[in-house]
Amino acid sequence: MPALAAAAEPAAAADLLAPVIANDWVNDEYKHLVLEAGAPACLAGAGQFFHLLCPATGADQPFFRRPMSTYRADPEAGRVEFLYKVTGRGTRGLATLRPGDRLRMLGPLGVGFSLDAAWRNIVVLGRGVGLATLAPLAAMAARQGVGVTAILSARSLAHVMSVSAFNEMGARTIVVTDTDGSSAPCRVETLLRGLIAAGRADAFFTCGSNRLLELMQRLGAEHGIPGQVALEQQMACGLGMCFCCVRPFREGGREVHKRVCWDGPVFPIEEAMGW
Amino acid sequence: MVDLAVCVGGLALANPVMPASGTFAEGLEQVVRLERLGAFVTKTITSELRAGNPTPRVAETAGGMLNSIGIPSKGVPAFLEHTLPFWRRWKVPLVVSISAPTAQGFAELAAALDLPGVAAIEANISCPNIEADGHAFAMDPAATLDVVRRLRDATRLPLWAKLTPNTGAIAAIARAAEEGGADAVVVANTVLGMAVDTETFRPRLGNVMGGLSGPAIKPIVLRMVHQCHKAVSIPVIGCGGIATPEDAVEYMLAGASAVQVGTATFLQPTAMTDIIDGLDAWCRRRGIACIADLTGAMRGDDDVLLAGAAS
Repeated sequence: MPALAAAAEPAAAADLLAPVIANDWVNDEYKHLVLEAGAPACLAGAGQFFHLLCPATGADQPFFRRPMSTYRADPEAGRVEFLYKVTGRGTRGLATLRPGDRLRMLGPLGVGFSLDAAWRNIVVLGRGVGLATLAPLAAMAARQGVGVTAILSARSLAHVMSVSAFNEMGARTIVVTDTDGSSAPCRVETLLRGLIAAGRADAFFTCGSNRLLELMQRLGAEHGIPGQVALEQQMACGLGMCFCCVRPFREGGREVHKRVCWDGPVFPIEEAMGW
Repeated sequence: MVDLAVCVGGLALANPVMPASGTFAEGLEQVVRLERLGAFVTKTITSELRAGNPTPRVAETAGGMLNSIGIPSKGVPAFLEHTLPFWRRWKVPLVVSISAPTAQGFAELAAALDLPGVAAIEANISCPNIEADGHAFAMDPAATLDVVRRLRDATRLPLWAKLTPNTGAIAAIARAAEEGGADAVVVANTVLGMAVDTETFRPRLGNVMGGLSGPAIKPIVLRMVHQCHKAVSIPVIGCGGIATPEDAVEYMLAGASAVQVGTATFLQPTAMTDIIDGLDAWCRRRGIACIADLTGAMRGDDDVLLAGAAS
Protein backbone atom coordinates (compact mmCIF):
# COMPACT_ATOMS: atom_id res chain seq x y z
CA MET A 1 0.00 0.00 0.00
CA PRO A 2 1.49 3.40 -0.89
CA ALA A 3 2.12 5.74 1.96
CA LEU A 4 -0.42 8.50 2.20
CA ALA A 5 0.87 11.83 1.07
CA ALA A 6 1.01 14.32 3.87
CA ALA A 7 -2.18 16.34 3.94
CA ALA A 8 -1.78 20.04 3.37
CA GLU A 9 -1.19 21.93 6.59
CA PRO A 10 -4.70 22.46 7.89
CA ALA A 11 -5.90 25.99 8.38
CA ALA A 12 -6.32 26.99 12.02
CA ALA A 13 -9.92 27.09 13.10
CA ALA A 14 -11.77 30.26 13.94
CA ASP A 15 -15.14 31.00 15.50
CA LEU A 16 -17.13 33.39 13.35
CA LEU A 17 -20.60 34.78 12.75
CA ALA A 18 -21.32 33.94 9.13
CA PRO A 19 -24.08 35.75 7.21
CA VAL A 20 -26.55 33.45 5.46
CA ILE A 21 -26.71 33.90 1.68
CA ALA A 22 -29.21 31.13 0.94
CA ASN A 23 -30.87 28.22 2.72
CA ASP A 24 -33.13 26.42 0.25
CA TRP A 25 -34.82 23.03 0.11
CA VAL A 26 -33.33 20.72 -2.51
CA ASN A 27 -35.94 17.99 -1.94
CA ASP A 28 -38.42 17.09 0.78
CA GLU A 29 -35.66 16.21 3.29
CA TYR A 30 -32.52 18.19 2.49
CA LYS A 31 -31.60 21.84 2.56
CA HIS A 32 -28.62 23.63 1.05
CA LEU A 33 -27.11 26.35 3.25
CA VAL A 34 -24.76 28.91 1.72
CA LEU A 35 -22.82 31.21 4.04
CA GLU A 36 -20.51 34.15 3.55
CA ALA A 37 -17.30 33.16 5.32
CA GLY A 38 -13.77 34.37 4.75
CA ALA A 39 -10.51 32.68 5.74
CA PRO A 40 -9.92 30.37 7.42
CA ALA A 41 -13.45 28.99 7.02
CA CYS A 42 -13.46 29.12 3.21
CA LEU A 43 -10.10 27.30 3.16
CA ALA A 44 -11.69 24.16 4.64
CA GLY A 45 -10.24 20.98 3.20
CA ALA A 46 -12.35 18.13 1.84
CA GLY A 47 -13.69 16.10 4.75
CA GLN A 48 -13.21 18.81 7.37
CA PHE A 49 -16.20 19.97 9.37
CA PHE A 50 -17.64 22.95 11.22
CA HIS A 51 -19.27 23.09 14.64
CA LEU A 52 -22.51 25.02 14.24
CA LEU A 53 -24.43 26.87 16.94
CA CYS A 54 -27.86 25.96 15.58
CA PRO A 55 -30.56 28.49 16.44
CA ALA A 56 -33.09 27.55 19.11
CA THR A 57 -36.66 27.63 17.87
CA GLY A 58 -39.72 27.14 20.04
CA ALA A 59 -39.66 23.57 21.31
CA ASP A 60 -36.24 22.91 19.80
CA GLN A 61 -33.53 24.12 22.17
CA PRO A 62 -30.32 22.43 21.10
CA PHE A 63 -27.76 22.62 23.91
CA PHE A 64 -24.61 21.60 22.08
CA ARG A 65 -23.31 22.80 18.78
CA ARG A 66 -23.76 20.40 15.87
CA PRO A 67 -20.89 19.09 13.73
CA MET A 68 -21.53 19.40 10.00
CA SER A 69 -19.24 18.29 7.21
CA THR A 70 -18.40 20.83 4.55
CA TYR A 71 -20.28 20.47 1.28
CA ARG A 72 -18.29 23.15 -0.50
CA ALA A 73 -15.67 25.70 0.54
CA ASP A 74 -14.86 28.39 -1.99
CA PRO A 75 -11.85 30.56 -1.16
CA GLU A 76 -12.43 32.83 -4.17
CA ALA A 77 -16.04 33.62 -3.37
CA GLY A 78 -15.42 33.53 0.40
CA ARG A 79 -18.22 31.04 0.92
CA VAL A 80 -18.89 27.84 2.84
CA GLU A 81 -21.82 25.56 2.01
CA PHE A 82 -23.57 22.73 3.81
CA LEU A 83 -26.04 20.16 2.54
CA TYR A 84 -28.03 18.76 5.44
CA LYS A 85 -30.95 16.52 6.19
CA VAL A 86 -33.54 18.15 8.43
CA THR A 87 -33.91 15.49 11.06
CA GLY A 88 -33.47 16.66 14.67
CA ARG A 89 -33.43 19.62 17.04
CA GLY A 90 -30.27 21.10 15.58
CA THR A 91 -31.08 20.76 11.89
CA ARG A 92 -34.68 21.92 12.41
CA GLY A 93 -33.17 25.09 13.86
CA LEU A 94 -30.76 25.41 10.95
CA ALA A 95 -33.69 25.06 8.55
CA THR A 96 -35.21 28.28 9.93
CA LEU A 97 -32.24 30.42 8.90
CA ARG A 98 -33.02 33.04 6.26
CA PRO A 99 -30.77 35.13 4.05
CA GLY A 100 -29.30 37.90 6.16
CA ASP A 101 -29.40 35.87 9.38
CA ARG A 102 -26.06 34.98 10.90
CA LEU A 103 -24.82 31.61 12.05
CA ARG A 104 -22.06 31.16 14.61
CA MET A 105 -19.70 28.48 13.40
CA LEU A 106 -16.35 27.12 14.52
CA GLY A 107 -13.99 25.67 11.98
CA PRO A 108 -12.65 24.26 9.84
CA LEU A 109 -12.03 21.35 12.18
CA GLY A 110 -10.62 17.85 12.01
CA VAL A 111 -8.55 15.77 9.64
CA GLY A 112 -9.96 15.62 6.11
CA PHE A 113 -9.35 13.46 3.04
CA SER A 114 -5.93 13.22 1.46
CA LEU A 115 -4.87 12.07 -1.99
CA ASP A 116 -1.68 10.16 -2.68
CA ALA A 117 0.25 11.47 -5.67
CA ALA A 118 0.39 7.92 -7.05
CA TRP A 119 -3.37 7.60 -7.38
CA ARG A 120 -4.67 8.28 -10.90
CA ASN A 121 -8.26 7.08 -10.47
CA ILE A 122 -10.34 6.86 -7.32
CA VAL A 123 -13.75 5.44 -6.47
CA VAL A 124 -16.08 7.44 -4.26
CA LEU A 125 -19.04 5.56 -2.80
CA GLY A 126 -21.58 7.32 -0.64
CA ARG A 127 -25.10 7.06 0.60
CA GLY A 128 -27.59 9.60 1.80
CA VAL A 129 -26.11 12.57 3.57
CA GLY A 130 -22.66 10.97 3.21
CA LEU A 131 -22.66 12.17 -0.39
CA ALA A 132 -22.42 15.76 0.79
CA THR A 133 -19.23 14.90 2.67
CA LEU A 134 -17.71 13.24 -0.40
CA ALA A 135 -18.51 16.07 -2.85
CA PRO A 136 -15.51 18.26 -1.90
CA LEU A 137 -13.25 15.19 -2.21
CA ALA A 138 -14.37 14.79 -5.83
CA ALA A 139 -13.64 18.47 -6.37
CA MET A 140 -10.15 18.14 -4.86
CA ALA A 141 -9.46 15.09 -7.04
CA ALA A 142 -10.64 16.95 -10.15
CA ARG A 143 -8.31 19.85 -9.35
CA GLN A 144 -5.41 17.43 -9.07
CA GLY A 145 -6.26 15.67 -12.33
CA VAL A 146 -7.33 12.47 -10.61
CA GLY A 147 -10.16 10.55 -12.28
CA VAL A 148 -13.23 10.04 -10.10
CA THR A 149 -15.94 7.43 -10.36
CA ALA A 150 -18.74 8.36 -7.97
CA ILE A 151 -21.33 5.77 -6.99
CA LEU A 152 -24.22 7.63 -5.39
CA SER A 153 -26.64 5.54 -3.36
CA ALA A 154 -30.03 6.62 -2.04
CA ARG A 155 -33.52 5.37 -1.27
CA SER A 156 -34.98 6.77 -4.49
CA LEU A 157 -33.99 9.00 -7.39
CA ALA A 158 -35.61 11.94 -5.59
CA HIS A 159 -33.22 11.44 -2.66
CA VAL A 160 -29.96 11.21 -4.59
CA MET A 161 -27.95 14.21 -3.55
CA SER A 162 -25.36 16.12 -5.50
CA VAL A 163 -25.51 14.30 -8.86
CA SER A 164 -25.02 17.56 -10.71
CA ALA A 165 -22.26 18.61 -8.32
CA PHE A 166 -20.34 15.41 -9.00
CA ASN A 167 -20.99 15.71 -12.75
CA GLU A 168 -19.78 19.31 -12.81
CA MET A 169 -16.51 18.17 -11.26
CA GLY A 170 -16.04 15.77 -14.12
CA ALA A 171 -16.77 12.67 -12.06
CA ARG A 172 -18.15 9.61 -13.81
CA THR A 173 -21.38 9.25 -11.86
CA ILE A 174 -23.36 6.07 -11.25
CA VAL A 175 -26.65 6.39 -9.37
CA VAL A 176 -28.00 3.37 -7.48
CA THR A 177 -31.30 3.32 -5.59
CA ASP A 178 -33.33 1.10 -3.30
CA THR A 179 -36.33 1.66 -5.57
CA ASP A 180 -34.91 -0.39 -8.42
CA GLY A 181 -32.73 -2.61 -6.23
CA SER A 182 -29.49 -1.37 -7.78
CA SER A 183 -28.23 -0.18 -4.36
CA ALA A 184 -28.07 -3.71 -2.93
CA PRO A 185 -24.53 -4.37 -1.67
CA CYS A 186 -24.13 -7.39 -3.99
CA ARG A 187 -24.93 -5.22 -7.01
CA VAL A 188 -22.62 -2.45 -5.82
CA GLU A 189 -19.95 -5.11 -5.33
CA THR A 190 -20.31 -6.06 -9.01
CA LEU A 191 -19.85 -2.40 -9.95
CA LEU A 192 -16.76 -2.10 -7.77
CA ARG A 193 -15.23 -5.30 -9.13
CA GLY A 194 -15.76 -3.95 -12.64
CA LEU A 195 -13.97 -0.71 -11.73
CA ILE A 196 -11.09 -2.64 -10.17
CA ALA A 197 -10.76 -4.78 -13.31
CA ALA A 198 -10.82 -1.65 -15.47
CA GLY A 199 -7.98 -0.10 -13.46
CA ARG A 200 -10.15 2.72 -12.20
CA ALA A 201 -9.81 1.99 -8.48
CA ASP A 202 -6.45 3.10 -7.08
CA ALA A 203 -8.19 4.07 -3.84
CA PHE A 204 -11.60 3.77 -2.21
CA PHE A 205 -13.50 6.50 -0.35
CA THR A 206 -16.79 6.15 1.46
CA CYS A 207 -19.19 7.82 3.85
CA GLY A 208 -22.70 7.27 5.13
CA SER A 209 -23.29 3.52 5.15
CA ASN A 210 -22.01 0.74 7.33
CA ARG A 211 -22.74 -1.92 4.70
CA LEU A 212 -20.91 0.02 1.98
CA LEU A 213 -17.97 0.60 4.34
CA GLU A 214 -17.70 -3.12 5.02
CA LEU A 215 -17.96 -3.87 1.30
CA MET A 216 -15.12 -1.47 0.47
CA GLN A 217 -13.03 -2.83 3.36
CA ARG A 218 -13.46 -6.39 2.09
CA LEU A 219 -12.71 -5.62 -1.56
CA GLY A 220 -9.89 -3.28 -0.56
CA ALA A 221 -8.25 -6.00 1.53
CA GLU A 222 -8.75 -8.55 -1.25
CA HIS A 223 -7.13 -6.35 -3.91
CA GLY A 224 -4.68 -4.29 -1.85
CA ILE A 225 -6.59 -1.07 -2.47
CA PRO A 226 -6.13 1.63 0.19
CA GLY A 227 -8.95 3.86 1.25
CA GLN A 228 -10.44 6.39 3.61
CA VAL A 229 -13.77 6.71 5.38
CA ALA A 230 -15.45 9.75 6.89
CA LEU A 231 -17.21 8.85 10.14
CA GLU A 232 -19.86 10.49 12.27
CA GLN A 233 -20.30 10.60 16.01
CA GLN A 234 -22.20 12.79 18.43
CA MET A 235 -19.89 15.55 19.65
CA ALA A 236 -19.80 18.07 22.44
CA CYS A 237 -16.69 20.24 22.00
CA GLY A 238 -15.47 19.52 18.45
CA LEU A 239 -11.91 20.39 19.52
CA GLY A 240 -10.64 17.11 20.97
CA MET A 241 -11.14 18.13 24.58
CA CYS A 242 -14.10 16.17 25.95
CA PHE A 243 -13.55 12.64 24.57
CA CYS A 244 -17.29 12.28 23.97
CA CYS A 245 -17.01 11.43 20.27
CA VAL A 246 -14.72 8.42 20.46
CA ARG A 247 -15.26 5.34 18.28
CA PRO A 248 -13.44 2.01 18.34
CA PHE A 249 -10.77 1.40 15.68
CA ARG A 250 -8.49 -1.49 14.78
CA GLU A 251 -4.87 -0.48 15.08
CA GLY A 252 -1.98 -2.93 15.07
CA GLY A 253 -4.20 -5.86 16.05
CA ARG A 254 -5.67 -3.94 19.00
CA GLU A 255 -8.94 -2.12 19.44
CA VAL A 256 -8.36 1.52 20.35
CA HIS A 257 -10.60 4.52 20.92
CA LYS A 258 -10.04 7.57 18.77
CA ARG A 259 -11.76 10.93 18.76
CA VAL A 260 -13.77 11.49 15.60
CA CYS A 261 -13.44 15.29 15.92
CA TRP A 262 -9.69 15.36 16.45
CA ASP A 263 -8.15 12.19 15.00
CA GLY A 264 -10.74 12.22 12.17
CA PRO A 265 -13.44 12.51 10.95
CA VAL A 266 -11.59 10.90 8.03
CA PHE A 267 -9.76 7.68 8.92
CA PRO A 268 -7.87 4.97 7.02
CA ILE A 269 -10.62 2.64 5.85
CA GLU A 270 -9.03 -0.50 7.26
CA GLU A 271 -9.02 0.92 10.81
CA ALA A 272 -12.73 1.67 10.91
CA MET A 273 -15.11 -0.69 12.67
CA GLY A 274 -18.68 -1.12 11.48
CA TRP A 275 -21.66 0.05 13.47
CA MET B 1 -7.38 49.66 36.08
CA VAL B 2 -9.06 46.68 37.67
CA ASP B 3 -6.88 44.27 39.61
CA LEU B 4 -8.10 40.83 38.56
CA ALA B 5 -5.38 38.95 40.44
CA VAL B 6 -6.40 36.41 43.06
CA CYS B 7 -4.52 34.13 45.39
CA VAL B 8 -5.93 30.64 45.55
CA GLY B 9 -4.71 27.74 47.57
CA GLY B 10 -1.03 28.56 47.41
CA LEU B 11 -1.07 29.98 43.89
CA ALA B 12 -1.08 33.57 42.69
CA LEU B 13 -3.26 33.81 39.59
CA ALA B 14 -3.47 36.69 37.14
CA ASN B 15 -7.25 36.37 37.16
CA PRO B 16 -9.81 34.05 38.76
CA VAL B 17 -10.82 32.16 35.59
CA MET B 18 -9.54 28.70 34.70
CA PRO B 19 -10.87 25.62 32.91
CA ALA B 20 -12.61 22.76 34.67
CA SER B 21 -10.74 19.50 34.37
CA GLY B 22 -11.79 17.43 31.39
CA THR B 23 -12.94 20.39 29.32
CA PHE B 24 -9.55 21.66 28.27
CA ALA B 25 -6.95 20.39 25.82
CA GLU B 26 -4.52 21.58 23.21
CA GLY B 27 -7.24 21.98 20.57
CA LEU B 28 -8.41 25.13 22.30
CA GLU B 29 -5.14 26.84 21.37
CA GLN B 30 -6.56 27.35 17.88
CA VAL B 31 -9.26 29.73 19.05
CA VAL B 32 -8.28 31.04 22.50
CA ARG B 33 -5.32 33.08 23.66
CA LEU B 34 -4.41 30.63 26.38
CA GLU B 35 -1.89 32.97 28.03
CA ARG B 36 -4.85 35.02 29.21
CA LEU B 37 -6.21 32.31 31.52
CA GLY B 38 -5.70 32.40 35.27
CA ALA B 39 -4.52 28.79 35.31
CA PHE B 40 -4.52 25.65 33.21
CA VAL B 41 -6.16 22.53 34.60
CA THR B 42 -5.45 19.24 32.84
CA LYS B 43 -7.79 16.41 32.15
CA THR B 44 -7.59 13.93 35.04
CA ILE B 45 -4.72 11.50 34.73
CA THR B 46 -4.34 8.17 36.45
CA SER B 47 -1.42 5.78 36.86
CA GLU B 48 -3.57 3.05 35.37
CA LEU B 49 -4.27 2.87 31.64
CA ARG B 50 -7.99 3.46 31.26
CA ALA B 51 -9.99 3.06 28.05
CA GLY B 52 -12.96 5.05 29.29
CA ASN B 53 -16.64 4.21 29.13
CA PRO B 54 -18.74 2.82 26.26
CA THR B 55 -20.51 5.20 23.89
CA PRO B 56 -22.73 7.15 23.82
CA ARG B 57 -20.74 9.16 26.32
CA VAL B 58 -22.78 12.31 26.17
CA ALA B 59 -26.40 13.44 26.04
CA GLU B 60 -27.84 16.91 26.02
CA THR B 61 -30.59 17.79 28.47
CA ALA B 62 -32.52 20.97 29.21
CA GLY B 63 -29.85 23.54 30.03
CA GLY B 64 -27.21 20.95 30.59
CA MET B 65 -25.03 18.09 29.53
CA LEU B 66 -24.92 14.55 30.83
CA ASN B 67 -21.61 12.81 30.35
CA SER B 68 -20.00 9.57 31.27
CA ILE B 69 -16.54 9.65 29.76
CA GLY B 70 -14.92 7.36 32.30
CA ILE B 71 -11.56 9.14 32.65
CA PRO B 72 -9.70 7.60 29.71
CA SER B 73 -6.02 7.86 30.62
CA LYS B 74 -2.78 6.95 28.89
CA GLY B 75 -0.91 6.90 32.19
CA VAL B 76 1.96 8.94 33.61
CA PRO B 77 4.63 8.28 30.92
CA ALA B 78 2.39 9.69 28.17
CA PHE B 79 1.62 12.67 30.40
CA LEU B 80 5.31 13.37 30.95
CA GLU B 81 6.17 12.89 27.30
CA HIS B 82 3.34 14.85 25.64
CA THR B 83 1.01 16.74 27.97
CA LEU B 84 3.44 18.37 30.37
CA PRO B 85 5.86 19.69 27.70
CA PHE B 86 2.91 21.09 25.74
CA TRP B 87 1.57 23.16 28.67
CA ARG B 88 5.02 24.18 29.88
CA ARG B 89 5.28 26.45 26.85
CA TRP B 90 3.13 29.01 28.71
CA LYS B 91 3.84 30.87 31.94
CA VAL B 92 0.31 30.19 33.17
CA PRO B 93 0.30 27.97 36.31
CA LEU B 94 -0.43 24.35 35.42
CA VAL B 95 -2.74 22.46 37.75
CA VAL B 96 -2.63 18.71 37.22
CA SER B 97 -5.81 16.81 37.98
CA ILE B 98 -5.21 13.32 39.32
CA SER B 99 -7.29 10.35 40.31
CA ALA B 100 -6.68 6.90 41.74
CA PRO B 101 -8.75 4.01 43.02
CA THR B 102 -7.02 4.01 46.43
CA ALA B 103 -5.67 6.60 48.88
CA GLN B 104 -2.21 5.11 48.48
CA GLY B 105 -2.55 5.36 44.69
CA PHE B 106 -3.42 9.06 45.02
CA ALA B 107 -0.36 9.65 47.19
CA GLU B 108 2.01 7.83 44.84
CA LEU B 109 0.70 9.68 41.80
CA ALA B 110 0.97 13.06 43.52
CA ALA B 111 4.55 12.26 44.53
CA ALA B 112 5.43 11.31 40.96
CA LEU B 113 4.14 14.65 39.69
CA ASP B 114 6.25 16.91 41.92
CA LEU B 115 8.01 18.19 38.82
CA PRO B 116 9.12 21.49 37.33
CA GLY B 117 6.18 22.97 35.45
CA VAL B 118 3.55 21.51 37.76
CA ALA B 119 2.15 24.33 39.87
CA ALA B 120 -0.49 22.46 41.86
CA ILE B 121 -2.31 19.16 42.22
CA GLU B 122 -6.08 18.95 41.94
CA ALA B 123 -7.14 15.68 43.52
CA ASN B 124 -10.33 14.49 41.85
CA ILE B 125 -11.65 12.65 44.89
CA SER B 126 -15.10 12.40 43.35
CA CYS B 127 -14.13 9.10 41.75
CA PRO B 128 -15.01 5.67 43.15
CA ASN B 129 -12.87 4.38 46.02
CA ILE B 130 -12.40 0.67 45.47
CA GLU B 131 -11.53 0.25 49.14
CA ALA B 132 -14.94 1.63 50.12
CA ASP B 133 -17.21 -0.46 47.94
CA GLY B 134 -16.96 2.01 45.07
CA HIS B 135 -18.25 5.00 47.02
CA ALA B 136 -16.46 8.17 45.99
CA PHE B 137 -13.87 9.37 48.52
CA ALA B 138 -15.61 12.73 48.74
CA MET B 139 -18.90 11.12 49.74
CA ASP B 140 -17.51 10.51 53.20
CA PRO B 141 -15.64 12.88 55.55
CA ALA B 142 -13.42 10.10 56.98
CA ALA B 143 -12.37 8.86 53.52
CA THR B 144 -11.77 12.46 52.45
CA LEU B 145 -9.62 13.14 55.51
CA ASP B 146 -7.62 9.99 54.92
CA VAL B 147 -6.92 10.53 51.22
CA VAL B 148 -6.12 14.24 51.63
CA ARG B 149 -3.75 13.51 54.54
CA ARG B 150 -1.89 10.97 52.47
CA LEU B 151 -1.73 13.37 49.57
CA ARG B 152 -0.45 16.11 51.88
CA ASP B 153 2.33 13.84 53.11
CA ALA B 154 3.24 12.94 49.54
CA THR B 155 3.63 16.34 47.92
CA ARG B 156 4.90 19.84 48.68
CA LEU B 157 2.83 21.27 45.84
CA PRO B 158 -0.31 23.27 46.53
CA LEU B 159 -3.08 20.71 46.92
CA TRP B 160 -6.67 21.25 45.82
CA ALA B 161 -9.39 18.73 46.59
CA LYS B 162 -12.21 18.53 44.05
CA LEU B 163 -15.43 17.60 45.82
CA THR B 164 -18.55 15.91 44.55
CA PRO B 165 -21.96 17.56 44.84
CA ASN B 166 -23.54 14.11 45.27
CA THR B 167 -23.42 14.34 49.04
CA GLY B 168 -25.71 15.77 51.65
CA ALA B 169 -22.73 16.76 53.76
CA ILE B 170 -20.67 19.08 51.57
CA ALA B 171 -19.60 21.34 54.46
CA ALA B 172 -18.38 18.40 56.54
CA ILE B 173 -16.48 17.04 53.53
CA ALA B 174 -14.87 20.44 52.92
CA ARG B 175 -13.84 20.62 56.60
CA ALA B 176 -12.30 17.15 56.31
CA ALA B 177 -10.31 18.25 53.26
CA GLU B 178 -9.11 21.32 55.15
CA GLU B 179 -8.16 19.25 58.19
CA GLY B 180 -6.29 16.84 55.93
CA GLY B 181 -4.14 19.68 54.66
CA ALA B 182 -5.77 20.77 51.41
CA ASP B 183 -4.87 24.29 50.28
CA ALA B 184 -8.23 24.77 48.55
CA VAL B 185 -11.42 22.92 47.69
CA VAL B 186 -12.92 22.86 44.23
CA VAL B 187 -16.72 22.83 44.50
CA ALA B 188 -17.83 20.84 42.64
CA ASN B 189 -17.80 17.97 40.18
CA THR B 190 -20.88 16.91 38.17
CA VAL B 191 -24.26 15.94 39.61
CA LEU B 192 -25.15 12.30 39.10
CA GLY B 193 -28.03 11.92 36.66
CA MET B 194 -29.45 9.92 33.78
CA ALA B 195 -31.72 10.11 30.76
CA VAL B 196 -33.74 7.52 28.84
CA ASP B 197 -34.50 7.53 25.12
CA THR B 198 -38.27 7.20 24.84
CA GLU B 199 -38.03 5.84 21.29
CA THR B 200 -35.61 3.01 21.98
CA PHE B 201 -36.33 2.52 25.71
CA ARG B 202 -32.58 2.56 26.23
CA PRO B 203 -30.51 4.81 28.52
CA ARG B 204 -29.05 7.72 26.60
CA LEU B 205 -25.59 7.08 28.07
CA GLY B 206 -23.65 3.89 27.46
CA ASN B 207 -22.84 3.83 31.17
CA VAL B 208 -26.55 4.41 32.05
CA MET B 209 -25.73 7.07 34.67
CA GLY B 210 -23.50 10.08 34.22
CA GLY B 211 -22.63 13.53 35.46
CA LEU B 212 -24.82 16.56 34.79
CA SER B 213 -23.10 19.88 34.14
CA GLY B 214 -24.00 23.23 32.64
CA PRO B 215 -26.44 25.97 33.66
CA ALA B 216 -28.92 23.40 34.99
CA ILE B 217 -26.76 22.74 38.06
CA LYS B 218 -25.62 26.28 38.82
CA PRO B 219 -28.00 27.05 41.71
CA ILE B 220 -27.18 23.74 43.40
CA VAL B 221 -23.43 24.19 43.25
CA LEU B 222 -23.62 27.88 44.10
CA ARG B 223 -25.38 26.92 47.32
CA MET B 224 -22.62 24.41 48.06
CA VAL B 225 -19.91 27.01 47.45
CA HIS B 226 -21.66 29.25 49.96
CA GLN B 227 -21.84 26.44 52.51
CA CYS B 228 -18.18 25.51 52.03
CA HIS B 229 -17.05 29.14 52.24
CA LYS B 230 -18.77 29.36 55.63
CA ALA B 231 -17.35 26.03 56.77
CA VAL B 232 -13.65 26.40 55.95
CA SER B 233 -10.97 29.06 55.94
CA ILE B 234 -9.14 27.75 52.86
CA PRO B 235 -10.20 29.17 49.48
CA VAL B 236 -13.14 27.71 47.59
CA ILE B 237 -12.95 27.41 43.80
CA GLY B 238 -16.44 27.45 42.28
CA CYS B 239 -17.28 25.15 39.39
CA GLY B 240 -20.77 24.46 38.10
CA GLY B 241 -22.63 25.96 35.18
CA ILE B 242 -20.60 29.16 34.87
CA ALA B 243 -21.14 30.58 31.38
CA THR B 244 -21.19 34.38 31.79
CA PRO B 245 -19.28 37.05 33.71
CA GLU B 246 -22.34 37.49 35.93
CA ASP B 247 -22.24 33.78 36.79
CA ALA B 248 -18.62 34.18 37.88
CA VAL B 249 -19.47 37.25 39.97
CA GLU B 250 -22.35 35.35 41.57
CA TYR B 251 -20.01 32.52 42.56
CA MET B 252 -17.47 34.94 44.01
CA LEU B 253 -20.13 36.76 46.02
CA ALA B 254 -21.21 33.38 47.38
CA GLY B 255 -17.67 32.72 48.53
CA ALA B 256 -15.55 31.52 45.62
CA SER B 257 -12.02 32.89 45.32
CA ALA B 258 -11.78 31.70 41.72
CA VAL B 259 -13.95 29.85 39.21
CA GLN B 260 -13.65 27.00 36.77
CA VAL B 261 -15.46 27.04 33.45
CA GLY B 262 -16.22 23.75 31.72
CA THR B 263 -19.33 22.97 29.72
CA ALA B 264 -19.64 26.58 28.53
CA THR B 265 -16.39 26.16 26.59
CA PHE B 266 -18.01 23.37 24.55
CA LEU B 267 -20.73 25.75 23.41
CA GLN B 268 -18.50 28.80 23.03
CA PRO B 269 -14.79 28.02 22.87
CA THR B 270 -13.88 31.58 23.88
CA ALA B 271 -16.11 31.42 26.98
CA MET B 272 -13.22 31.73 29.45
CA THR B 273 -11.61 34.78 27.86
CA ASP B 274 -15.07 36.29 27.27
CA ILE B 275 -15.70 35.91 31.01
CA ILE B 276 -12.34 37.50 31.89
CA ASP B 277 -13.15 40.48 29.64
CA GLY B 278 -16.63 40.64 31.11
CA LEU B 279 -15.33 40.58 34.70
CA ASP B 280 -13.01 43.46 33.93
CA ALA B 281 -15.87 45.45 32.40
CA TRP B 282 -18.21 44.56 35.26
CA CYS B 283 -15.70 45.71 37.89
CA ARG B 284 -15.13 48.99 36.02
CA ARG B 285 -18.83 49.60 35.80
CA ARG B 286 -19.29 48.93 39.51
CA GLY B 287 -16.16 50.81 40.54
CA ILE B 288 -14.55 47.74 42.05
CA ALA B 289 -10.78 48.06 42.04
CA CYS B 290 -9.84 44.61 43.18
CA ILE B 291 -11.83 41.54 42.16
CA ALA B 292 -10.62 39.54 45.15
CA ASP B 293 -12.82 41.82 47.28
CA LEU B 294 -15.87 40.11 45.79
CA THR B 295 -15.16 36.80 47.51
CA GLY B 296 -17.87 36.21 50.08
CA ALA B 297 -19.18 39.76 49.68
CA MET B 298 -22.81 38.67 49.47
CA ARG B 299 -24.94 40.89 51.68
CA GLY B 300 -27.87 40.04 53.90
CA ASP B 301 -26.53 36.64 54.76
CA ASP B 302 -28.54 35.30 57.67
CA ASP B 303 -27.00 32.41 59.53
CA VAL B 304 -30.14 31.78 61.52
CA LEU B 305 -32.23 31.25 58.43
CA LEU B 306 -29.57 29.11 56.81
CA ALA B 307 -28.85 26.97 59.84
CA GLY B 308 -31.61 24.54 59.04
CA ALA B 309 -30.34 24.02 55.52
CA ALA B 310 -26.65 23.67 56.41
CA SER B 311 -25.21 20.20 56.62
